[in-house]
Amino acid sequence: MNKSDGISQFFIRNAVPLVFLVVSAVAIPISQFSPSYLIQELLIRLSRNAFLVLSLLIPIMAGMGLNFGMVLGAMAGQIGLIFVCDWNIVGVQGLLLAAIISTPLAILFGFLCGIVLNKAQGREMVTSYILGFFMNGVYQLVVLYGFGSLVPIVSAKLLLSRGYGIRNVTNLDGMRRSLDELIPLNIAGIEIPVATFLLIGIFCLFVLWFRKTKLGQDMRATGQDMVVARSAGIRVMRTRIISIVISTVLACYGQIVFLQNVGTMNTYNSHEQAGVFAIAALLVGGATVSRASILNVFTGIILFHLVFIVSPMAGKYLLGDAQIGEYFRVFISYGIIALALVLHAWRRMNDKERARAQFRGAEGGAA
Amino acid sequence: METTPLLRVEGVGKAYYSNVVLKNITFSLEEGRILGVVGENGAGKSTLMNILFGMSVIEKTGGYTGSIFVNGEEVHFRRPKDALNAGIGMVHQEFSLIPGFTVTENILLNRESLNYTVAEEVFGSCLRTLNRPAMTTRAESAIKKLNVDLDGETLIAELPVGHKQFTEIAREIANSSTKILVLDEPTAVLTESEADILLASMRRLADAGIAIIFISHRLNEVLTICDDIVVLRDGEVVLNTPTAQTSVRGMAAAMVGRKVESIAPENNEDTRLIGETLLEVDHLWVDMPGETVRNVNLAIRQGEIFGIGGLAGQGKLGIANGIMGLAPAGGTVRFDGKPLALNQPSAPLAAGISAVSEDRRGVGLLLEESIAWNIIFSAMQNQGKFLKPLAGGLVRVRDEAAICACAQRYIADLEIKCVNELQIVQELSGGNQQKVCLAKAFETNPRLLFVAEPTRGIDVGAKKVVLDTLQRYNREFGMTIVMVSSELEELRSICDRIAITDRGRIAGILPASEPSENFGILMMGTAHEGAQTA
Amino acid sequence: MNAIKNFIEEAGWPRILIAAFLVLLFVAAPFVNVRLDASLSDTLVRFGMNGVMVLAMVPMIQSGCGLNFGLPLGIIAGLLGAVTSVELGVQGFAGVCTAMGIALPIAIIFGWGYGLLLNKVKGDEMMIATYVGFSSVAIMCIMWLVLPYSSPNMVWGYAGQGLRTTISVEEFWQNAIGGIGSFNIGEFFYFPTGMFVFFFLCCGLMALFMRTRTGTAMTTVGSNPEYARASGVNIDHMRTLSVIISTVLGALGIIIYQQSFGFIQLYMGPFYMAFPAVAAILIGGASVKKASIVNVIVGTILFQGILTMTPSVINSMIQTDMSEVIRIIVSNGMILYALTRVTKVK
Repeated sequence: MNKSDGISQFFIRNAVPLVFLVVSAVAIPISQFSPSYLIQELLIRLSRNAFLVLSLLIPIMAGMGLNFGMVLGAMAGQIGLIFVCDWNIVGVQGLLLAAIISTPLAILFGFLCGIVLNKAQGREMVTSYILGFFMNGVYQLVVLYGFGSLVPIVSAKLLLSRGYGIRNVTNLDGMRRSLDELIPLNIAGIEIPVATFLLIGIFCLFVLWFRKTKLGQDMRATGQDMVVARSAGIRVMRTRIISIVISTVLACYGQIVFLQNVGTMNTYNSHEQAGVFAIAALLVGGATVSRASILNVFTGIILFHLVFIVSPMAGKYLLGDAQIGEYFRVFISYGIIALALVLHAWRRMNDKERARAQFRGAEGGAA
Repeated sequence: METTPLLRVEGVGKAYYSNVVLKNITFSLEEGRILGVVGENGAGKSTLMNILFGMSVIEKTGGYTGSIFVNGEEVHFRRPKDALNAGIGMVHQEFSLIPGFTVTENILLNRESLNYTVAEEVFGSCLRTLNRPAMTTRAESAIKKLNVDLDGETLIAELPVGHKQFTEIAREIANSSTKILVLDEPTAVLTESEADILLASMRRLADAGIAIIFISHRLNEVLTICDDIVVLRDGEVVLNTPTAQTSVRGMAAAMVGRKVESIAPENNEDTRLIGETLLEVDHLWVDMPGETVRNVNLAIRQGEIFGIGGLAGQGKLGIANGIMGLAPAGGTVRFDGKPLALNQPSAPLAAGISAVSEDRRGVGLLLEESIAWNIIFSAMQNQGKFLKPLAGGLVRVRDEAAICACAQRYIADLEIKCVNELQIVQELSGGNQQKVCLAKAFETNPRLLFVAEPTRGIDVGAKKVVLDTLQRYNREFGMTIVMVSSELEELRSICDRIAITDRGRIAGILPASEPSENFGILMMGTAHEGAQTA
Repeated sequence: MNAIKNFIEEAGWPRILIAAFLVLLFVAAPFVNVRLDASLSDTLVRFGMNGVMVLAMVPMIQSGCGLNFGLPLGIIAGLLGAVTSVELGVQGFAGVCTAMGIALPIAIIFGWGYGLLLNKVKGDEMMIATYVGFSSVAIMCIMWLVLPYSSPNMVWGYAGQGLRTTISVEEFWQNAIGGIGSFNIGEFFYFPTGMFVFFFLCCGLMALFMRTRTGTAMTTVGSNPEYARASGVNIDHMRTLSVIISTVLGALGIIIYQQSFGFIQLYMGPFYMAFPAVAAILIGGASVKKASIVNVIVGTILFQGILTMTPSVINSMIQTDMSEVIRIIVSNGMILYALTRVTKVK
């Protein structure tokens, strides 16, 4: 392989992050935001989203693609938060309790999701995606009709005026930013949510450690070649289910961390957005459907949210209409996922062809 | 009295339902010896290995008869794990390696060295961490035993084919309990120098006390390396001898044998006119995975039945698929004097060449559609048959009546056993499916017909109908037929001339009346090697 | 007994449950003071509105491209046609025809590009189709703001530019097709004859197409691409053609929908429109690999029936609107069932 080929390969492999880098480099000056504002915003968004995005890593390792089913975990987290709000437990204790309540729920969801995905091998992504929609219906059924009628909810503030069903917006004032402000730190007017970053740091270490375990090794083997892994005696189906369970549980904690920062919960929407934005951010960071690293997570969040923050203002100054910037944000979230999926599928086909062509080249020499 | 052999196979037989594939197999293998197992495709080698390795397909189809002893104790493996525990390691033809893992990781796949962690107290041993240094040491010692130059940290994806083979073998050796190593055609993918290294490694392993079963088509290799040789034919041991007492010719004769004396060519009533060259193939290469064609030159004459034989993987199937445009190909092909476009499936069809694919269920049939649809589709697409004008010729739609009539004609003609022409092809037996494939090809009225493996996996009665039909179409309609088959006797029974492929080239073309031994020698690649050294 | 078993096996539990549920709703309707004739009429109208979009699923399923989650692309073409027709101010039947006439070439171009893309990503069509649909809706949101439409019926009054989120077609071509030959029986039953004629015309043309040489080849490509290739069929051409037909039907379908509904919904309107169509054809008995016109008709009736009946009947029964939740569970549950089933069959 010659040098220019190597460079073009680098550009092809990193096309997505590079495009985002260019877009933000152009848009930042136009948006006229001050650097300190941007840094503050980015820190907030990093602390909010890192956990959710990190939860996607393990299923990718196990070869199951982007886990669109992570919204199931987010739902579990939200259910935990509703209970904690109802019992009026505030602060970090509230978050902890919410996490404890929602863990078994997330494990159950993850387990179900794993079983369904094992039945849909080769089309995990679209299945997990539809499963997210389906469970969204079930979630609505339970939260909108079951809570307050079958499941006891004490606080009238949470309930709709009709006496059952949780309101569209749940206020998390008691827990708002309780984790972020647990260890306060302020540098040059920029607030840094130390405790949240500590948690994220611990979690990154967990992912790194996990890769070194036997289970992690089994997952990588399963992800690369299920048939070989099975013939070596690895319990493939079980390994796949475990990877989804871990992802779901982590997404559940991620959603709790996310919502404590935001402070309010859109009972029926928050989880849906969690999925799209987390996946888009990861892909912007240069991850693919089959390969993702912690570095991808952080570059992804920074680049994605940078464009996200500046695009409405940039749109306003450039085209005189903030609305266009808003829609541009929507477009990039979905467009980036589409682009990444297309690039991945296309590259896979190309690699296959190139491998054959190389083989043929060697053969032609022999003939 | 001799010592107890490490492995003894006694009177082993196996039948898949009524189809007997192994009969009364008996041989033994002693510590530190290398046993060569040779035989044509379908002679029963893989079934024997499946039994030895406890593959689930054996249990699922009713087990086997006879007994197997390891170290004098009778064993009966129901799962590969049982065989592994008993010390049998197997290296299959297909690589069973994970491309993104290093050599070390692959050698120790699911047998990694582990460290204790606190987490395992809660979640079990799956949360132990990998002990990389220990793994490196173990892998290196296995590689050292083989005496090959293999770096444990390289990714499998970046290795040349030969080194992948070594990794597989190292994996079996790394399992310290492995006493018997089964190598299924390990040299098929290797270059000559790599094969030499492998053979040397095998000798070293044998000297270290491991018994090896070596399956190969390369008779020269078998002669060089093996201590004993077992030749299988039609599920029986036809030769079991120390190497010193046989030769390439002796093995070839034993392998090919003369299976069905009765269906020797009956050219006495032959009144055909064999014409000029119809199909001319010049320097053809075809990139068909597993059946690569490297450089083939052929001339097939109008009106003959031409056979192409050879062992699996030597390119005989690639020739047909390449000319039909189903696999990337290059070179020149001239049909009836005119050049034929390659890599374009519609070109040969338009020129009047049809094919019956060896992959009946994958390529040959629409399993979920009716018999009628299967038969007429090709003729409809390429020749516009079975369409009737509607609305004053504005559109042309399927003429269901004509389609059914056509299908019924073939059902009667080829004795296809079915409910009616609308039955789904999936529900038919293999033989009847094959007849549907033939009917599809016949309906396009080809001047030249490729038929690949027409009798594979079908019963005796259907076999006869298929072969008779091919012969009849050749005699009555002057259809030139190129038949590709692994069964030499079948080729000899209806073909006029037979070409044998070896390593993607034609090793030789002989009249079908030559003794089978001569074909056997062509197949075994010995002629080729002889030519090379000469 | 065996016959019943076979029937259940063939139809699949979810379909039987859905059909039984719908029957139950109709039976229960009179008891909770829901008028049967009005419900029936509503179901029929919605059937006519949605039928063509469900039909759009057929060609792509048949050619092996899977469920067309990228239907929004066709819908966008239809929206462009509809908006342009309103801009031109053409009224009545001519207005609808103008809308369709403009939408047609756009849909063909979109479908062609979309088909080329799907040929590059064989095996991953469904997920990519979903996101291609989503992103095209998002990019059109920007276009609706920017495109130089100026009819005061459509643009925001205060800004004088940028299209509104919903545009009424009442003064232009509401019921221009549905109204043809329509009639009332009694006070509550209305039958949109024109829409039915149009739908069945489309079905008939589709059935005819499927019987031509090209249609046969298309089905064969979906059934076994290798067989088709060996028979000299160009797989990529067939797939592209199927995508174009599907996109065109999506465009026509949304125009039919709008002329009955009375409004053009822009911006995020088409976002989730593929899902009801996908669910309907699956409920009708199609799989990810096989679909027929019968599947379209049965599925649309069942699915739209449930959508019509649940709000009215269930609301009257328990005084809550659960229809949205039921719609989500039924439609996605059905898609999930189809996706997890197909690998089992293989």
